[in-house]
Amino acid sequence: MSEIPEELRYTKTHEWLRIMEDGHFEVGITEHAQDMMGDMVFVELPEVGSTVSTGEDCAVVESVKAASDIYAPVGGEIVEVNSELADAPETINQDPYHRGWMFRLRPIDQSAADNLLDPAAYEQVIASES
Amino acid sequence: MNQKTPLFELHKQTGAKIVAFGGWEMPLHYGSQVEEHHAVRRDAGMFDVSHMARVELRGNGVRQFLRRLVANNVDKLTVSGKALYTCMLNAHGGVIDDLIIYFVRDDWFRIVVNAATRDKDLAWIEDQAKQVQGVDIVPRPDLAMIAVQGPNGRDKTCVALGDAVKEASVNLKPFFAVETNDYFIARTGYTGEDGFEIILPNDQAPNVWRALQQAGVAPCGLGARDTLRLEAGMNLYGTDMDENTTPLESGLAWTVAWEPKDRDFVGRKVLEKQREQGVTRKLIGLVLVDKGVLRSHQRVTCAGGQQGEITSGTFSPTLGCAIAMARVSVEVQTGDSCQVEIRGKQLNAKVVKYPFVRHGKSCLPAL
Repeated sequence: MSEIPEELRYTKTHEWLRIMEDGHFEVGITEHAQDMMGDMVFVELPEVGSTVSTGEDCAVVESVKAASDIYAPVGGEIVEVNSELADAPETINQDPYHRGWMFRLRPIDQSAADNLLDPAAYEQVIASES
Repeated sequence: MNQKTPLFELHKQTGAKIVAFGGWEMPLHYGSQVEEHHAVRRDAGMFDVSHMARVELRGNGVRQFLRRLVANNVDKLTVSGKALYTCMLNAHGGVIDDLIIYFVRDDWFRIVVNAATRDKDLAWIEDQAKQVQGVDIVPRPDLAMIAVQGPNGRDKTCVALGDAVKEASVNLKPFFAVETNDYFIARTGYTGEDGFEIILPNDQAPNVWRALQQAGVAPCGLGARDTLRLEAGMNLYGTDMDENTTPLESGLAWTVAWEPKDRDFVGRKVLEKQREQGVTRKLIGLVLVDKGVLRSHQRVTCAGGQQGEITSGTFSPTLGCAIAMARVSVEVQTGDSCQVEIRGKQLNAKVVKYPFVRHGKSCLPAL
């Protein structure tokens, strides 16, 4: 069973969201998602300063196997991206919940995170897929 | 219901991620496709290729039958154990399948064809054999096949399988096979590395697999097999060529034997006409200069404005960049720049000769 940290929120499309101390949201993909995709070889991140809406495809990860869109869990302005992934996309495989984060955004609506899945609900999403 | 090879349970125990491929349940990888790829380039890896179909052709009419059935010439096979890579064509010169023919003796040839095309191949071969005397077609589902590949592949195989195998195979030249005890050992493969392909009875396959693993040969899945063969510039049937393309349009002209002129193989007339008039499209190698990953069906725009399409693309673990084979207009030349459309963007790529990698080393010019 793959790891689903208690303190994060999740989407049906396998992104995770962390509420940071400064109120920004950090986004990445789950352990389950990286396991399904296999070895990551390329990451395309949104531009800092761009605005994304909830559910918008705003990044791409590519494994040896396939390309996969990453969707913004909530709307907001991109304030930072993990530029280390450009040269080391495999970080997403190695540490999906920490060093493998993809982007940080300033949410339009701070409470939007409440609409996301809690760990138990996300676990059911995984279970229903297998 | 997909079929399972005699090694299926072992794959599952080893933690393989299983996928459906050509009607079979096969391992995609055992954890990391990239690590498996490197194992083959640097040391030794093994693939269960039992899904590929082994068929024996027996009888005194077989050689004459094969002269007509395939585009390469089986008369190149005079020494027992010699192998020949060839395409089997339809009347329009399109590729029904690519296969390897092993010569055992004059009334006994052994062929290995792709899993996904097995049924259509057999139907075609049986149909072609109807008018011919002295050809028995004997599928061998009782045999499994393991490919051990990599610079240390042959040594580790000898450690695993013992002195008899070592003795029989030590002087085996590339593209030759030898039969010893129950094993048919061929110095062939699909990775661009040295190694063996071993055909053996189904019931012995699990023990041999375990012995190889104990000798330090890494289990590798179909994922690594695909990135390895693409780096090695080897075609994959169904993506790089099919019944709508001829060998001349698929980088496989070298497999067509034009001499002797009176050998009337199926598809010859169309190929001769094409050779005379010149082909309009061909397969080339591409290396992506910008960051990204090349994939099949991406559109290629060449310097002269001609459009083409990627047939196979991937990220090359050995080279650290994306590579592809693409079918483009014949005017396109090695060294040309071109653009590949990826998610609406035009990314820069360069036309190169393939193979991209051979024996662990890059074959690319400085870009």
